Amino acid sequence: MESPLVRLAVVIEQDVLERVLATALRGGGEFAEVYAEDKSSTSAGLDDGRVEQVTSGRDRGAGIRVVSGETTGYAYTADLSEAGLRIAAEAAGAVAANGGGGNRTVALTRSAPHPVNRVEVYPDTVGKAAKVSLLQRIDSAARSTGAAIGQVSAGYGDSRKRILVANSDGLLAEDEQVRHLLRISVVANGDAGMQTGFESLGHTIGFEVFAENDVEELARSAARQAITKLRARPAPSGSIPVVIKAGSGGVLFHEACGHGLEADLVGKGASVYRGKVGEQVASPLVTLVDDGTMSGEWGAIGIDDEGHPSQYNVLIQDGVLTDYMWDHLRARKEGHAHTGNGRRQSYMHLPMVRMTNTYVLNGTDSPQDIIRETPHGVYVAKLGGGSVNTATGDFVFGMTEAYLIENGEITEPLRESNLIGNGPQVLRDIEALGNDFAMGNPGTCGKDGQGVPVGDGQPTLRVKTMTIGGTAG
Amino acid sequence: MSAASPELQSIADRVVARAAPGEQVEAYVARGRETDVRIYEGEIEHFVSAQSEGIGIRVIRDGRTGFAYAGTLDDDAIASVLAEARDNVSFGTPDEWAGLAEPDGVAVVAQQLWSDALADYPTDGKIELAKELERLTRAVDSRVRVDDANYSDGSGEAAVASTSGIRVSGRENGCYVSVSTLADDGDETQTGFGFAVGRSPQEFDLAKAAQQAADRATRLLGAVKPPSKRVTVVLDPFVTAQFLGVLSSALNGENVAKGRSLFANRVGESVASPLFTLVDDPTNPKAYTATDIDGEGLAARRNALIDGGVLQGFVHSSYSARRAGTNSTGNAVRGGFKGTPGVGCLAMQLQPGTRSQAELIADVDDGVLIQMVQGLHSGVNPISGDFSTGASGLLISHGELGGPVREFTIASTLQRMLHDIGEIGGDVDWLPMSAAGVSLVIHDVTMSGV
Repeated sequence: MESPLVRLAVVIEQDVLERVLATALRGGGEFAEVYAEDKSSTSAGLDDGRVEQVTSGRDRGAGIRVVSGETTGYAYTADLSEAGLRIAAEAAGAVAANGGGGNRTVALTRSAPHPVNRVEVYPDTVGKAAKVSLLQRIDSAARSTGAAIGQVSAGYGDSRKRILVANSDGLLAEDEQVRHLLRISVVANGDAGMQTGFESLGHTIGFEVFAENDVEELARSAARQAITKLRARPAPSGSIPVVIKAGSGGVLFHEACGHGLEADLVGKGASVYRGKVGEQVASPLVTLVDDGTMSGEWGAIGIDDEGHPSQYNVLIQDGVLTDYMWDHLRARKEGHAHTGNGRRQSYMHLPMVRMTNTYVLNGTDSPQDIIRETPHGVYVAKLGGGSVNTATGDFVFGMTEAYLIENGEITEPLRESNLIGNGPQVLRDIEALGNDFAMGNPGTCGKDGQGVPVGDGQPTLRVKTMTIGGTAG
Repeated sequence: MSAASPELQSIADRVVARAAPGEQVEAYVARGRETDVRIYEGEIEHFVSAQSEGIGIRVIRDGRTGFAYAGTLDDDAIASVLAEARDNVSFGTPDEWAGLAEPDGVAVVAQQLWSDALADYPTDGKIELAKELERLTRAVDSRVRVDDANYSDGSGEAAVASTSGIRVSGRENGCYVSVSTLADDGDETQTGFGFAVGRSPQEFDLAKAAQQAADRATRLLGAVKPPSKRVTVVLDPFVTAQFLGVLSSALNGENVAKGRSLFANRVGESVASPLFTLVDDPTNPKAYTATDIDGEGLAARRNALIDGGVLQGFVHSSYSARRAGTNSTGNAVRGGFKGTPGVGCLAMQLQPGTRSQAELIADVDDGVLIQMVQGLHSGVNPISGDFSTGASGLLISHGELGGPVREFTIASTLQRMLHDIGEIGGDVDWLPMSAAGVSLVIHDVTMSGV
C-alpha cells in the first residue's frame, strides 16, 4: 500500500502557523506554541504459536498551549485545518488570558535540522509478511531451546512519526522519529510451577535493526532465563552486597536519581536533590549523563517535543551534582538554558521534563574482578521495572534474573523479588565500577500519566548493600 | 454505557454494511472529552480541555484476524481503516476459535453511568473545587505542603456494531479530584495523596480527601527501616484492592488457555483459605467500575470466581470462552478504539468479614499494617506467583499500633498468601479501582529491611 504519511510541513503552512499563534496570544498570553504530529504505526502479535493479529494505526493531531504567568492553557485537536487549529488556540488562550489583550504578530524562522538517528529502511517500505516472519522465527527459536518451554509470545512494533513545533518566540522546527521494537516473553514449565523469561530489542533506526541483531539468539536468551529459573531458589531477605551486570541496571540510575534531577520536581521541592548542585551526591566513581543524541538508542531524538535540539547533558561529574534537566517552562522561569528534555507522549499531552538516554560512564575495574572481590552477595543479570518517590528518594525495582554470589563466584539462580533502596544512599554506596559499559533494554518511562521512550545503561558495578526482598533467611 | 449515541451508531452501522460475503466485520467508534485542571499555590498551573474521536475496525476471514484504527472519523479515513484491516487479515495465522461475539440473550442490568449534573457543571466551578481541595489540605497540618491539587473529568460515547448481530451504543461520564502532599520535619520529607471520585462534583467529600492526603504524608515522618523477619501483615483496604488486581491476571480465561495462569486445571480445588470468597460483579452499582455492557457489546454480569477457597472458574471474552468450550462471561475489556478486546475482571469484591480494622489489629502479636505498596508491577509475577513488593506502614506489637516503617519489602508467593489469609475485615471501601478494598490479614510473610 502507498505510505499514508504526508509531510506535516505541507499540511500546516508557515503562514497558518503564524496566524494560529497570533490567535492564541490574543487574550494576553506571553507564550504560545503549536505542536503537531502525524504518526503511522504497525504492530503484530504472536502468541500460543499463532500470529494473532496485525494492526495498523494512524494518529494525527495538534496540541496548542498558551502560557501566562504561572498558568498554562492547553487544548488539542485532530482537526489540522486552520479553522480547527484556531478553535484549539482560542480554547487554550482563554485559560491563560490575563486581560491584557492586544494584537501580537509572530514571525517564524525555520530551525536547521538536527538529525541524530540514521534510518536506512523505513518501516512503510517493508512488507507486513517480513515483519510477521520475525515473530515466527522467534517462536521457533524459543521453543527449540528446551522441552520445558510451554508458551511464547512475541510482539513487533514500528512507527514513523513526524513532529512540528512552532512557538511565539519565532521557533519552527521539525523532526522525524522512526522506531522498531521487539518484545519476547517465554514461559517454562517445571515440577514446581512456571517461570518466565523476557527480552526486548528497540532502536530508533530502520528495519535494518533486525539484520544487525540476532533475533533468534534474543529468543533463546529469553527461553534460557525461564528454564534456568525453574531451578531457582528463593532470594535472600535483607541487606547484602549487590553486583549489577553491565547494561542491566541503568534503570537503577533512572529511578535512584534521574527523576530527582528533573527541574519541574526540583522546583516544587519534591526532590531530595534540591539545592544540591555543586555538592558531592554520589561516589566519586560516578559520572552520569542524559544524552538525547546517542544515535539509534531508544531515547534518542533529533529535537525534543518543544522544538529544541537534543543534547548531551552531564548531570553528575565524578560524584558532584552539576545540573538538572530542563524544559521550556522551568528554564524560562529560572533563567536557565533548556537542555532538550521537554517531552510528551503525544499531541494530547502537555510537555514536561523527561529523561532521554540516561547512563553512567565507564569506570576502570574489570567486571570479573568486581565479582571475584565479592565474598557474598547477589548478582543481578536483569532488572525489571521500577519506581521512585522523588521526595524521599526511596525506590524499588524487580530483579527478573539474579544469582547468588558465593566466595567470589556466581552460583545458584534466584527467584524473582524486588530490590529496594534509597537513591542518595545507593549513589554514595557504589564501591566498584567496571570498564564494560553497555546500554540496556528499551524502556517506557511513566510520569504523571504519560509514557515516553527512554534508554539507560551502565558498566558492571557493585553497591555496598541493598535490601533484597526475598523470603530466604 | 447508558443511553444511546445515534450518530456514532450510524457510523458503525455503515462500516458493517460494507462487509463482503464470507467476512466478519466489527466497528467500534468512540468520542471523548476531557477537562483537567491543576492548581499550585492558589493559581491554575494548567488547564487542559479537549475532544478526541476515532474508529477501530476488526475483520475476520477464514479464521484470520486483521485490525486497524485511526484517530479521526473522516469518511476517507474510515474507508482506509477498513482497507488496512482487510489487508492485515492475510498475515494472521488461521485460528479455529477466532470470531466475534454473538448476542447471548443475557439481559442487561441498567446502570446510571451518565450525570447531567456533571455535564452541565461550569468550568469555573471545576477550578474552584481544585483550589478548595488545596486550601483544605494545607489547613489540616502546618507541616504539609501541597505538590499539586487536581480536578479531572471525562465523558465518552461509544458504539459497536458487528456482522454477528451486536449493535449497542451508550455514553458515560465521571470526575475526580486528587491532591499530592509533602510533609516536612527538619531534613526529612514524606509524601502522601488523597482523592475523591463521583458521577458528579456534588458527590465529592473534599474534606476527607484533604485529611487522607495530609495523614498519609505526616504518619510516615520519623519512619525507620524495620528488621528482617517473618510477620503477620494487615493490608489496608487500598492495598488489598491492588493485591486483588494482581490476582485477577491468574483468573483471566485467556491466560489460562495460553498456559499463563497458576490456576490452570485447578477448578474445583482449594486454592485459598476457606474465608476467601471472591466475585466479579460489575452489576453492583456501588462498584466504581460498575458497567452494563462489556467491550464486545454483551451484558456485564456477576461471576463467582472463588467460593470458600474453592476455585469456581474464570472470566472470559467470547474468544477465550470458545477456546475453553464455554460461554462468554461478559468480561471483554477494550482500552478504546486503538485495540481489540482482551479479557479482564471488571469489578471484583471479596466477601467481607464482620470486624473493624482496629479489631483485626488487636489480635496481631507481631506484625505490620501495610498502608502503601510500591513496585507491585515489578515485584509480583502472576505466572510464577512470586510476590515481593516495597511497602510502608506502621508496626504492630501485642495488638497495638507502633511507629512508622518504610523502605522494606514484604514477600511470599501468591499461592501461599491465599492459604495464609487469617481474616477479612468488614470495612469494605468502594475505591476507584477494579476491585473493592477491605482490610486483609495474611500470616507468615517475610519482611526484608535492615
